[in-house]
Amino acid sequence: MTTATESGFADLPRLLSLMTGDEKHSAASTSTLDVLWVLYDRVLDVSPSRMRDPARDRFLLSKGHGPMSYYAVLAAKGFIDPGELADWGSDESRLGMHPDRMRVPGVEISSGSLGHGLPLAIGSVLGLRAQRLSRPKVVVLVGDAELDEGSNHEAIALAGREAMDQLTAVVIDNSSSTHGWPGGIARRFEVEGWVTRVVDGRDQDALAAAFTEPHPARPLAVIAVVEPKD
Amino acid sequence: MSMRETFLSTMDEALDVDPQLAVVLADISADQLAAAKLRHPDRVLNVGIREQLLISVAGGLALTGMRPVVHTFASFLVERPFEQIKLDLVHQGVGAVLVSSGASYDMANAGRTHQSPADVALIDTLPCWTVHVPGHAEEARRLVLESLVGDCNVYIRLSEQANAAPHLAPGFQTLQRGRTGVVVAVGPTLDKVLAATSGTDVTVLYASTIRPFDAAGLRAAVEVTGVADVVLVEPYLAGTSALFVADAFADVPHRLRSLGVRRGAEVRGYGDMADHDLAHGLDETSIAVAVKEFLR
Repeated sequence: MTTATESGFADLPRLLSLMTGDEKHSAASTSTLDVLWVLYDRVLDVSPSRMRDPARDRFLLSKGHGPMSYYAVLAAKGFIDPGELADWGSDESRLGMHPDRMRVPGVEISSGSLGHGLPLAIGSVLGLRAQRLSRPKVVVLVGDAELDEGSNHEAIALAGREAMDQLTAVVIDNSSSTHGWPGGIARRFEVEGWVTRVVDGRDQDALAAAFTEPHPARPLAVIAVVEPKD
Repeated sequence: MSMRETFLSTMDEALDVDPQLAVVLADISADQLAAAKLRHPDRVLNVGIREQLLISVAGGLALTGMRPVVHTFASFLVERPFEQIKLDLVHQGVGAVLVSSGASYDMANAGRTHQSPADVALIDTLPCWTVHVPGHAEEARRLVLESLVGDCNVYIRLSEQANAAPHLAPGFQTLQRGRTGVVVAVGPTLDKVLAATSGTDVTVLYASTIRPFDAAGLRAAVEVTGVADVVLVEPYLAGTSALFVADAFADVPHRLRSLGVRRGAEVRGYGDMADHDLAHGLDETSIAVAVKEFLR
C-alpha cells in the first residue's frame, strides 16, 4: 500500500505537466492534489470497473474549475488514458475546463457553476438510503470561496438534521473567499450538527485519518487547509 | 377533488407500489403526504423552505437510480431554482417529474410573487422535456401516472382552473370541426374556448400535453379545414408555443394569433382568477372577440 502510494503519487507531476506544459506547478493549481490522491488511493471504494455498481463510493467534485489535479488522479487510477491529458480543453478532447460526467468515465457530476455538488451529494445519500444502501460513502469537494453560494447552506442544514453519516464534505481552504468566514469554516458545519476536522491539506496521513475515523450518525466536514491563494 | 388533491392522493398510492419512487417537497403539501411519509419515511422527503435544494436533491436521487417527483408552487419550482433544473437535472443527464400547482394566477390575491405565467416558456429553453397542462383532475391523474414510468424530465402544470369534463386521449384532440380556421385550446382554457366558439365555423383542438408539440395533429387539422389560420389559447405566457406553430408550418404560408397571459405589463391587481382572466383577455368574451376578428 505504502509503496504503491508513493510511486503512484510520484507520477502525478508528470501527468500534470502534460496539461500545464510546466515542470513546476503553483500551489493554486495543485490545491486539491493531496486530498484527491488520498481519497482515490486510500479512502474511496471505487474503481473504473465499478462505475455502474450501485454500492460504489461516490466522489463529487463540486469546485469544478482547475480540474487538472482531478484529471491527473483519474488518469493515475486508470479511469482515463494519460494520453488524453495533453490536449485537454481542445475541441477534440472530452476533458474540459469543467468536467462533464456524460463524457468522462469516473466523473460522478458535471460541475462548473458553484454550489451544486453538496446539494447533489445530499440527494445521492437520500437515494442510497431509500435503496437500503447504507455503506457507500458520498464525498464532495468544495472550495472555501464556493461556500459563498447560499445553496450550500441549504444543504449543510439538511445534512445535519438528517444525520447523514454516509456524507463527507471536504472544504479546500485556500483563503480565497472575498468576505471570509470569521470564527472559521468548521463552525458553519458544527452548528448544524456535523463532525468537523481541520487538517493540513498537504499532510496525506492526517487527511487519511480525518476521512476514515468514524463519525456515527453525523455527517463529516474535513477542512483541508492549504497555502492561501495569491 | 382538485388536480392538486388528485396528484397527492395518486402519489400516496404510487409510493406503495414502486420502491424507486420518491417525492420531494419544500413544505408545500407536506401535510397532505404525512400519512405516506409515515409508511415511507425514506421516500417522502421534505427539505423545508429550500427550493434550490429541492431540485438538487431530486438530481442526487436520480443519480442513484431513483425516480424523483418534485412538487411545490410553480414560481418556486421553476423560476426560483431554474439553474438547478438546468444543471442538476438536464446537464447531469438525469430526469425528474416536476409537478407544480398555482399556475399563472390560481392564487390571484396572493399577488405577483405567487404567479408563474413564465414557467412553460422557461422549461422550453431546455432540451427534451415533456410538458403536460391537464385541464381536469382525471387528466392530471393519468398524466402523473404515465410520467412515473421512464426516466425523462417531465413538467406537469396543475391548476385550480379546470374544465367540466376530462379528455384523456393523447395528442391534439379534435373537439369541434369548422372551415374558417383552427383554435388550439391548452388545458384549463378549453371550456372557455368551447363557449367562445360555440356556433362558429372553426375547428377546436384540445391539448393537455403541449410538449412534445403535436405538429402533425395541427397540420392534419389545418389540411381538413383548408385554412392555415391558427389561434393558440394558452393559460400561461402568450405565444409560448408560437415557435412550434411556426415550425409546423415552415413550408406553408400561415397566420397565427396567440392568446395567453400578457407579456407587456406587471399586473399588480389582486382579486380572483376571473379578474385575471379578464385582465389578460382569457375570459370567454375576450376569446370570442379575438377569434372572430382573426378568423373570418
